[in-house]
Amino acid sequence: MDELVRLLSKFIKTVAIRLPDDVLAALKALSSNENSYWGKAIYSLMFDNIKLALEKGVPVCQDTGVLMFFIDVGTKFPYINVLQEAVTAATIKATEDVPLRPNVVEPFEEKNTGNNVGTRLPWIEWNILSNADYAEIVLYLAGGGTSLTGNAKVLPPASGFKGVIEFVLDVVSGYGLNACPPFLLGVGIGTTVETAALLSKRALLRPIGSTNPNPKAALLERIIYDKVCGLEIGPQGLGGKTSVLGVNVEYSARHPATLAVGISTGCWAHRRGVIKIKSDLTYELPLYRGVVL
Amino acid sequence: MSLVINTPIKDDVLERINVGDIIYLNGVLVTARDAAHERFLKHGLNLPLSLKFLPIFHAGPIVKKVDGGWSIVSIGPTTSMRMESLEYDFIERTGVKMIIGKGGMGSRTADACRKFKAVHAIFPGGCAVVAAERVRRVLGVEWLDLGVPEALWILEVENFGPLIISIDTKGNNMFDERIKSINSKKFEMLKNLDKELSSRL
Ligand code: SF4
Repeated sequence: MDELVRLLSKFIKTVAIRLPDDVLAALKALSSNENSYWGKAIYSLMFDNIKLALEKGVPVCQDTGVLMFFIDVGTKFPYINVLQEAVTAATIKATEDVPLRPNVVEPFEEKNTGNNVGTRLPWIEWNILSNADYAEIVLYLAGGGTSLTGNAKVLPPASGFKGVIEFVLDVVSGYGLNACPPFLLGVGIGTTVETAALLSKRALLRPIGSTNPNPKAALLERIIYDKVCGLEIGPQGLGGKTSVLGVNVEYSARHPATLAVGISTGCWAHRRGVIKIKSDLTYELPLYRGVVL
Repeated sequence: MSLVINTPIKDDVLERINVGDIIYLNGVLVTARDAAHERFLKHGLNLPLSLKFLPIFHAGPIVKKVDGGWSIVSIGPTTSMRMESLEYDFIERTGVKMIIGKGGMGSRTADACRKFKAVHAIFPGGCAVVAAERVRRVLGVEWLDLGVPEALWILEVENFGPLIISIDTKGNNMFDERIKSINSKKFEMLKNLDKELSSRL
């Protein structure tokens, strides 16, 4: 268990101080496409910041968010019984070691717990893999500015995809400015607010540049992408043609009487990492090429 | 225009600055965000230091204890708009001269900037390590009981920027224009959506 905690806390540190390969590549591509005055200046500051964070081993952004874990765990993973405990212990350890910003506030006591652990936090979404002997853990650092954009709504199905697109554009044109654009946009479609909202967050975990396997959903991604780019929000909202890292749509089948839409954004400092831990505690970091914990 | 400004900030310097200008700051900078605004204005506590002629920063840093004091690990701006409902009174009552944050602020803050000769500036969000590099030292901290992000961190900064002026002392507001432009583009994007979708989806 101690070794697992150590491994997880090092993984948390990596996620806080280093952007994943796909995000870095996407930012580079966007920066070479941006020609607005402010936009170019902002990208160059971002890259300085990314480099400096790595050199000094400190968080890319001061808002290291609330830690959200999405865990696919095999029923034969030898640490399955202590995994939750280990995740919590690693959160406390990383908060002190890195350090991370203590962000967890108990809503009724109005008190910052100081260690990023609180009621139901760190947040964990579980998925069980029958008979597998490994765990795949995705960590997302949910910052405040980027979480404020979040929204969900249940539309009458007659609104159709038109209603979906209108809702997305309303939300993005309102709060999107504050989500440190260029942001990644996740859209979830389902039956109820919470399933659509959760799917929109899962959409943010998908690799940047990937498309939904359903060609029609992929087309919706494309259409929303074009429309959001058309708003010319630009880096930090100051205008420009690069506003989004991508648009990812995830969906479930729905009730015939509802069309629920969820929206999540992930800011340019999109800190979501993946670690696959095997039964002997060896690991893979698919999004951080060459990194050893 | 690009300019270096020293604290305490003088009105005549500030009045020469316009929306879109870039400035860098030397001197004292104090962080103040949601809870500090509320404690002062809603709960009526006196601020533990005078902010007159000083800049404030909407920010909650990551800090580290070093012998005898603190050091700033990472410090970037937070969303200024959250302070919109309180900023007019804050500017009026403290005499603060510069508000630094990310994203824009609204018309009430722009009014206060015009009336009391202050400006709002943005520091590019997320560039928190670059910002931390420009902090020379932590002069002190107040209201630490609010938690690290919400406390008043009193910092000595050097060449702190780039700060892009988004509201000037004339009350011009860059983000008003931005929001108008985004909304008119949205209108265009949604035009003929029915037709577009029936042919594509
Ligand atoms: S939106 Fe993201 S990059 Fe911007 S301040 Fe928040 S966490 Fe940092």
